[in-house]
Amino acid sequence: MQLSALVLSAVVVYSARGEDLIKPVFETFTKETGIKVQYITDTEAALVQRLKGEAARTKADLLITVDAGNLWQAAQEGVLQPIESATLSDNIPAHLRDPGKQWYGLSVRARTVAYATKRVKPEEAASYEGLAEPKWKGRLCLRTSKKVYNQSLVAMLVAQHGEEKAQKIVDGWVANLATEVFPNDTDLLKAIDAGQCDVGLVNTYYFGRLKREKPDLAVALAWPSNGVHVNVSGAGVTKYAPNKAEAVKLLEWMSGPAAQKIFADVNLEFPANPKVEPDAAVKAWGPFKQDVINVSKAGELQSVAIKVMDRAKYR
Amino acid sequence: MTGFARWGAYGIAAVVAVPVVVIVAAWLLPVPADLWPHLAETVLPRVLANTVLLLAGVLTGTFLLGVSLAWLTAMTDLPGRRFLSWALLAPMAMPAYVLGFVYCGLLEFAGPAQTGLRAVLGEGFRAFPEIRSAGGVIFVMTLALYPYVYMISRAAFVTQGVKAMEAGRSLGCSPRAAFFRVALPMARPWILGALTLVAMEALADFGTVSMFVYETFTTAIYKAWYGFFSPAGAAQLASLLVIFVFALLWAKHALERRKRFVSLGRPAQRAARLRLGRTKAPAAAFAWGVFALAFVVPVAQLLVWAARTLSSADERLFALVVHSLVLGAVTAAVACAAALVLTMAQRGGGKPVRLAAQVASLGYALPGSVLAVGVFLPLVWVDHRLAGFAERMLGRDVGLLLTGSLFAMVLGLAARFLAVSLTSIGSGAARIPPSLDEAAATFGVRGWQAVKRVHLPLLSPAIVAGAMLVFVDVVKEMPLTLMTRPFGWDTLSVRIFELTSEGEWQKAALPATVLLLTGLIPIAWLSREERVGAGR
Repeated sequence: MQLSALVLSAVVVYSARGEDLIKPVFETFTKETGIKVQYITDTEAALVQRLKGEAARTKADLLITVDAGNLWQAAQEGVLQPIESATLSDNIPAHLRDPGKQWYGLSVRARTVAYATKRVKPEEAASYEGLAEPKWKGRLCLRTSKKVYNQSLVAMLVAQHGEEKAQKIVDGWVANLATEVFPNDTDLLKAIDAGQCDVGLVNTYYFGRLKREKPDLAVALAWPSNGVHVNVSGAGVTKYAPNKAEAVKLLEWMSGPAAQKIFADVNLEFPANPKVEPDAAVKAWGPFKQDVINVSKAGELQSVAIKVMDRAKYR
Repeated sequence: MTGFARWGAYGIAAVVAVPVVVIVAAWLLPVPADLWPHLAETVLPRVLANTVLLLAGVLTGTFLLGVSLAWLTAMTDLPGRRFLSWALLAPMAMPAYVLGFVYCGLLEFAGPAQTGLRAVLGEGFRAFPEIRSAGGVIFVMTLALYPYVYMISRAAFVTQGVKAMEAGRSLGCSPRAAFFRVALPMARPWILGALTLVAMEALADFGTVSMFVYETFTTAIYKAWYGFFSPAGAAQLASLLVIFVFALLWAKHALERRKRFVSLGRPAQRAARLRLGRTKAPAAAFAWGVFALAFVVPVAQLLVWAARTLSSADERLFALVVHSLVLGAVTAAVACAAALVLTMAQRGGGKPVRLAAQVASLGYALPGSVLAVGVFLPLVWVDHRLAGFAERMLGRDVGLLLTGSLFAMVLGLAARFLAVSLTSIGSGAARIPPSLDEAAATFGVRGWQAVKRVHLPLLSPAIVAGAMLVFVDVVKEMPLTLMTRPFGWDTLSVRIFELTSEGEWQKAALPATVLLLTGLIPIAWLSREERVGAGR
């Protein structure tokens, strides 16, 4: 028996998801179940190293992280354990969870095209591949290739079209850039609004947040008709969780309607649980066809994607 | 020097060397077969050129700003010199990543400066230089890092500048020639020390260059780790950085070799300041301009943003301040004590001691997250052994005791910032002539007695300055604090990380402002000390 378990009697979470996005969920969980939640935030890479180092003596029960590639990596590194749960398989669709049951998606984030409403028609912008065409020369804004969201998006293009075609697309994007790449999606959206460029690729919740702040934003979202790239944020129980029962309980609870609603509302993401409706503002963006990244190949494809982007001199 | 100090020096160097050794040992681990060919072909040529450009730009910039401002405030009748002499230190409390964020926000296309210009000059105006460029990142890093050079070279000018100038003038030099031919060469070891710190800081930086999407060697390290999921590959790259910095330290040593730089006695108290004459107005505009760009403008912007989120201030913010203060103060004390031991051991010590001091400085040049893992892995290894031992003794598992303890966090941070206290205290000690040790010895004052009665009183300004530098650096530090902090021990920089991990920097303006104020406390205190001490 571990001393920590005697003293704490709480779930300990390592989270790569920002505090503002998880705190409200944990607070409600504690209110409903009486189980306390302790958490530490850091980058995914540091948390995985920490779990590996602490090994059997870790205090952490649950790892929360964003992006399928990172979840794949955590499972690959052996810091998670498979969880069998009827509640989880019921709440989370099969394509949003690990086939090996080591992690479960909790929210869905779509990366799509944002366009300047004054200068672009949605139907001309609604394609990832199309943004590589010469007509967008000097009109495209991109975020840095260092961000995992872009790596996953290009990984999907590699999975769909093969590496050679994906290389052509990314080369085309870089040739079309209106300016240096951006460090984040919000600055990119502001640049489209200000007229520095006409189209760009963003995660939808950044658009939602900015729109909430600035209702007259002259930017809108377009959905590629052959499938929109979606990614997941998710969680898994750690391999040596000292409080496994409570950790599973928290994970199951987070897949349920109350937590899913908070996830969806606080950050304007799409709930992973199909029974939960997205926020009204999100619903207003209209329906789209999801194209989920192949989770079992996410890590491998991510490496290929980064190489493609490096060769394209995409910073 | 006493054998105690020498063995202490080896001990300290050994502890600080462990993370570096762990990182170098990554060459024994496997990495994806195509990692190095890919990096060598597409990434490394680009990032190496960028890193050289960044280093050259930031070193030139901080040298020009730091030395000229130190000279103007220490030696001339610059208007407002009393205020400026410490106000020019204030930007030290501003993390470079915050400065970078503010300037990107102000000067990018969608920002207020360019929007305003377009309103005046027409929507088609596109002539504004791109801020997310080599020039932009060099501009911001120069503003964030010049205070190191300023502070250390100012101390050199204050202690010896007047005498040096007098000597130069008496030999018939013009004031200008006396500066370039006497005062500047005499301050060289101190300026070089400060520039070495700047170089290491610029090499290790990740936050600021990411803001500008400027690719350096450090961003390549993170690409290997975060992108290709290869911590071993990242550590292998980082070890190349270690070798480079080690060479840098040797080069610095070689430049100083066979030269002895000691103080020319007590500083002249009320020596006449140089009259700037016709250059007074431009000199004043320059000094005040730097202060405005490095401090007034970013603070004003931060305050505007912070005012919007003032409602989010709660008692938690107070706890963050207390944690930052305690962490900064304790680490500063530890790092200065260790630097003192190393410095004393170096007095009269030979090559091995000097090597120990150089090894002890290496932690500063490693990107924070890489060093964090280097600190964490050996620590958790020891911890598992301790826990295993306790289990055998007590019959139950007590869990990990060091990992996630305050002790581990202070140890890691002290290891990272030892180079800073060492530069300050070491340069102070270099001004104490060895003849003083000999004189003390003839009176039977040796060993610890000599340290206590001779060195410590003379070194106290350097120790205070070193402690201040470490304190400010700890308060700003992010990755190591994140990885080693105990539960509930969040600091201001941790809060900034949390608020900005999704790229929303404006939300972090409030903790950033409070962090700035916290960092200003020791700077204000130091400036008071100095003014009281200088008696003017």
